[in-house]
Amino acid sequence: MQAKTNPTLPQPGPAGGGKPKTVKMAGKLAYRNLFHDRLSLIVTLTGIVFSVVLVAIQCGLYIGSERMIAAMLDQSEGDLWVVPLGTKSFDDPSLLMGHEKYAALSTPGVEGAEELVVGFAAWRKPKGGTTAVLLVGSDHINGTLKPWNIVDGSLDDLKAPFAVAVDDTYFADLGIDKIGETAEINNAKVRITAVTHGIRSFTTLPYVFTSLQRARILLDASSNQASYALLRLDPDADAGVVRAALSERLQDREVMTQSEFRNRSVDYWLFQTGAGSALIAGAALGMIVGVVIVAQTLYSSTKDHLNEFATLRALGASAGYIHKVILIQAIMSAFLGYGVGMVLSLLVIWLSKDTNLLIVMTPGLALLLFALTIGMCVVAAISAIFKVTRIDPAGVFSR
Amino acid sequence: MTVTQEAKTKPNVLLEAKGIVKVFGSGEGVVKPLKGVDLDLRAGELTLLMGPSGSGKTTLLSILGCILSPTEGYLNLAGNSTEGLDAEGLADLRRQHVGFVFQGYNLFPTMTATENVMLALDVRAKPVVNPPGHAVEALESVGLGHRAKAFPAKLSGGEKQRVAIARALIGSPAVILADEPTAALDGENGQAVMALLSQVAQDPNRAVLAVTHDHRTLKYADRIIRIEDGYIVGEERPDKNAHDASTSGH
Repeated sequence: MQAKTNPTLPQPGPAGGGKPKTVKMAGKLAYRNLFHDRLSLIVTLTGIVFSVVLVAIQCGLYIGSERMIAAMLDQSEGDLWVVPLGTKSFDDPSLLMGHEKYAALSTPGVEGAEELVVGFAAWRKPKGGTTAVLLVGSDHINGTLKPWNIVDGSLDDLKAPFAVAVDDTYFADLGIDKIGETAEINNAKVRITAVTHGIRSFTTLPYVFTSLQRARILLDASSNQASYALLRLDPDADAGVVRAALSERLQDREVMTQSEFRNRSVDYWLFQTGAGSALIAGAALGMIVGVVIVAQTLYSSTKDHLNEFATLRALGASAGYIHKVILIQAIMSAFLGYGVGMVLSLLVIWLSKDTNLLIVMTPGLALLLFALTIGMCVVAAISAIFKVTRIDPAGVFSR
Repeated sequence: MTVTQEAKTKPNVLLEAKGIVKVFGSGEGVVKPLKGVDLDLRAGELTLLMGPSGSGKTTLLSILGCILSPTEGYLNLAGNSTEGLDAEGLADLRRQHVGFVFQGYNLFPTMTATENVMLALDVRAKPVVNPPGHAVEALESVGLGHRAKAFPAKLSGGEKQRVAIARALIGSPAVILADEPTAALDGENGQAVMALLSQVAQDPNRAVLAVTHDHRTLKYADRIIRIEDGYIVGEERPDKNAHDASTSGH
């Protein structure tokens, strides 16, 4: 206590050079409070990371499922679909009565039509054993639905007799190792002449692509039968009028727009089977767990620093200033947790890229997750804010 | 004459309290720590508030510092009446005009001495040129410029209380209220802190009130107010020069 003292401070305000400015310490206080107790920080981050990863995976699976369900429809280019009455999804095929393509082509406003033959079939593996597959027959020359992401072989190779294309994701399920191998579909020999990558099926039944004619043979359909007729309309045609005309002509069949068929397929698999609800429930659970863990740790941290908040209040800090400190602490936790959580989520997605599971991360989902994480931490901060709101600043005198 | 008018006619009165009554609770559990207190704090003075435990010192300090509202009575702080102000209004008033020094220092353990002072500057929202430099100057003014980067855990009790005084001084509030500032300090450090508060009180634009039990601090007082059972029971103005002469004679 020997230091020289002169407790007359320079007055605040302009003095010498420079512009007077206020200092911002709320962020620093929040940062120091957050990092002061490392164990508490780890618990908080664990909660947030768990929540981010769980929600990311669940939402990624949801988007992946939607993409898998709608993959064939998204690859097709058309305006209207003629489907058997009561069709629930693309992967729930049956055969139309026949001649729908020609009935459609003779309807005013229809510019073109392509047929698709889709059906379940038995795949006999080269080394024995059988598995179910979904055979997709289409016009690979003039049609719009054809195998995509071909990594071995080509579309031209599918012109060969008994040629089929399969996805390498399902090699093990199909009992094959490489292009060129042979198997049997419904007791007819087929040869793998093209291999795709990443065309996964929500139903887990492998898609097997072949030509329209070969599909008819393998599925025992007549030459004028198809599962679906995909129609392209004249640019000037009124889709509603054409649809009404087609519905009138094609009794006991349904005419849907591309988006209606897509929505029906997605709705059936994700909601009528409960799969999507389970994914959404999992994501919601992740959010709830995250909120609870963050709320508990933030509340605990606030309790630990209650004397400091009371001191701030006694010094004249507004309630808003103290709330700001807590919210900044929550948002800092959210940033950290989101960063670590996203890295882990992307790692999981990368590890699953060659499995039957399609987990998708899109910029939109990443942004949504960020907003959810911030929201989750802000909601979690409410309990801590309630706690400090009840602080009696007079308590600082008795400590 | 109203309190505000009276305060205006006495330009060196920075804080004026009249007929302060405070009642806690109701019915049979009612507690009345202050039963009608009149008190003013004048610029350039260090006033000591002394009294036994339970006499109402802390409650009075809380009301004078705009932390509590009186049940009855008027308070005027630096020309501002507290009448009708809610919690945020009172916070705004103490933010602008009151600096506190606490018995337990109440420093922020995760922040350095400079940051503790800067935090008060932020709370007061006072614009200054070079805020960190201003905070260091505040620490230098209490003799702690060399400890500016130290965290409270690395400071002695006396040093912590000096940081607390620098924090109270930053932003130049009109009134400094100190709650038992020497209670947690040994004799030497206690004397040094009181000497510092005495220096602080010499500012012609500032009044200092210290609640204390410590009789060793009497020699620093310009005025001593005694409170008992919720009433002011005595006020004296000791002759500091005589006290200095008598202590130097020993």
